[in-house]
Amino acid sequence: MNLGASLLEALESLSSNKVRTALTMLGIIIGVGAVIAMLAIGTGTKQAIVGEIEGIGTNLLFVATNYEDVTNPEPLTIRDAEALNDPVFAPSVAAAAPIVQGQAELTYASNGTTASLVGVTEDYSRVQTIELSEGEFFSSTQVNGLASAAILGTNVAEDLFERSEGLVGETVRVNGQPFRVVGILKKEGGSDFGSSTDDQILVPLTTAQARLLPRREHNQVDLIYVSAIDSDSVKSAEDEISLILRDRHNLKLAEDDFIILTQELFLDFASTVTGVFTIFLGGVAGISLLVGGIGIMNIMLVSVTERTKEIGLRKAVGAKKRDILTQFLIESSLLSVIGGAVGIVLGWILSLGVGRIAASSDFLLNPAITLNAVLLATLFSAAVGLFFGIYPANRAAQLEPIEALRSE
Amino acid sequence: MSKWVVDAENITKVYQMGEVEVHALRGISVKIAPGEVVAIMGPSGSGKSTLMNIMGCLDRPTSGEYSLNGESVANLSDDQLAEIRNRGVGFVFQSFNLLPRATALANVELPMRYAELNGRNRKEVSRQALEAVGLGDRIRHRPNELSGGEMQRVAIARALVNDPAIIMADEPTGNLDSKAGDEIMKLLRTLNEERGTTLIVVTHDPEIASLTDRIISLRDGRIKEDN
Repeated sequence: MNLGASLLEALESLSSNKVRTALTMLGIIIGVGAVIAMLAIGTGTKQAIVGEIEGIGTNLLFVATNYEDVTNPEPLTIRDAEALNDPVFAPSVAAAAPIVQGQAELTYASNGTTASLVGVTEDYSRVQTIELSEGEFFSSTQVNGLASAAILGTNVAEDLFERSEGLVGETVRVNGQPFRVVGILKKEGGSDFGSSTDDQILVPLTTAQARLLPRREHNQVDLIYVSAIDSDSVKSAEDEISLILRDRHNLKLAEDDFIILTQELFLDFASTVTGVFTIFLGGVAGISLLVGGIGIMNIMLVSVTERTKEIGLRKAVGAKKRDILTQFLIESSLLSVIGGAVGIVLGWILSLGVGRIAASSDFLLNPAITLNAVLLATLFSAAVGLFFGIYPANRAAQLEPIEALRSE
Repeated sequence: MSKWVVDAENITKVYQMGEVEVHALRGISVKIAPGEVVAIMGPSGSGKSTLMNIMGCLDRPTSGEYSLNGESVANLSDDQLAEIRNRGVGFVFQSFNLLPRATALANVELPMRYAELNGRNRKEVSRQALEAVGLGDRIRHRPNELSGGEMQRVAIARALVNDPAIIMADEPTGNLDSKAGDEIMKLLRTLNEERGTTLIVVTHDPEIASLTDRIISLRDGRIKEDN
């Protein structure tokens, strides 16, 4: 029998019992829809996280003291950061900005709050995007002069002053010491990973070292932010930093007493985590597709039993085993392929809905339906139809014509 | 064309029903010439349906030799038997056995679809077959829109389309009133005369049997009478 006629016949047969056909398809529709939506959400999450990490600054490297593997590491200092700013030995480095960070108690009048305190140099604005809603960023004079100046995040400002405008010139107390407000950071909003700059207070590095966050050694810093001149130079910048610091710390053969983190590292980690997440979601959804497939098998078995006499007649007038097998396989495949197509649409709608919900709660998630996911779901649902159709179809094909004809 | 359409030599058929062996046929030899009209008679359990199944290649004998149209069926596979049924035998059943959702035309077309004949030709041949059984104006009707007699005519048209050497009718009038039954028998005889198709009617009704030229009576799996 030719394929076109078989397809038509299968469609006729499926449409003769519409409710049953629809219910059977529903299993596949939900299964495929779930797979599509889950994969889309997984992919969307991954893109959101990667975007977040890239938003930190594409060329950024972090240098920190290696407390993990080395006993008694030589701490990083301002001098180290200055050495990294040397364009001769570190041509790939655009800027190096050392920081110290910790917690500080802030008070203004009767209001008090705890904020994350970051001691920065004037170079900080070259490695991080700093936008001020008012005032100006620290100058080198302020940094060198241990100025009692502070820049507040909006949340900190709100906590202290109950407003975040017109605050330049006010005085806040940081751990009891008076600091003049010289600027307010623009609200960052939403998110995120790590702390938001809205909750920070920035002061000159030297001031922090001397008066707020005393470290074991003079000039000691916690972290050096380094930005490479462009994203292709991250690797060479890493090598240069390593050479300079090994030389300055006199390491010779010893292990590095510092670690250099690049974004690639974070991206790799995030990819691994979201990859596992996506596989997990897809796997759970896959189970529902499996259940849908079992539904197909069930209904096809019922259909074979109901149509035993018809099968007997077809065999009597000359249908071969292959003809009967094809007939039932086409029916089960049609069920799953049509169900799969509807499921793709459903999955698309679902993931749009999830995207909306995520957006309304300030988490930027754009579920992404990839061609791969669609192909995967289509192939998988067709395979489910074939696989779960084989047993019933084979049962039909193996029927003895006289016994099938005799059945009622 | 061989001399005999049906050539059965000492056929036996044994069914295994659980622990018990049922001897449905105990050595039957029959020869039927092309164009003959034969009735197979006998009480239920006499083996007449079993004999028809073997003659129509729906089943294989346990022992003995059977040839249809000169071709021995002893060593054929299921699919090869299907092919022989498709081209060589037309079946007419007591309960018509039409596909309920298909039109008369589609029902008649069915054997040709398995013969893999081309579509346009198929429709034309089916239409002619329906005209031959007097249903030229009913080709778009579905079985539930037809009377019993009309349904059996569709079944006869279906049996004719591949121009088989032999038509096997198993109690063809069993579900019809006597008037419709007579018409069906008349139709079958006419087709036999016009086309020379061998006709074998299985029945327990002596009146129907009397409309044939030769009556083979079975009892307990053996031929009691053949004349």
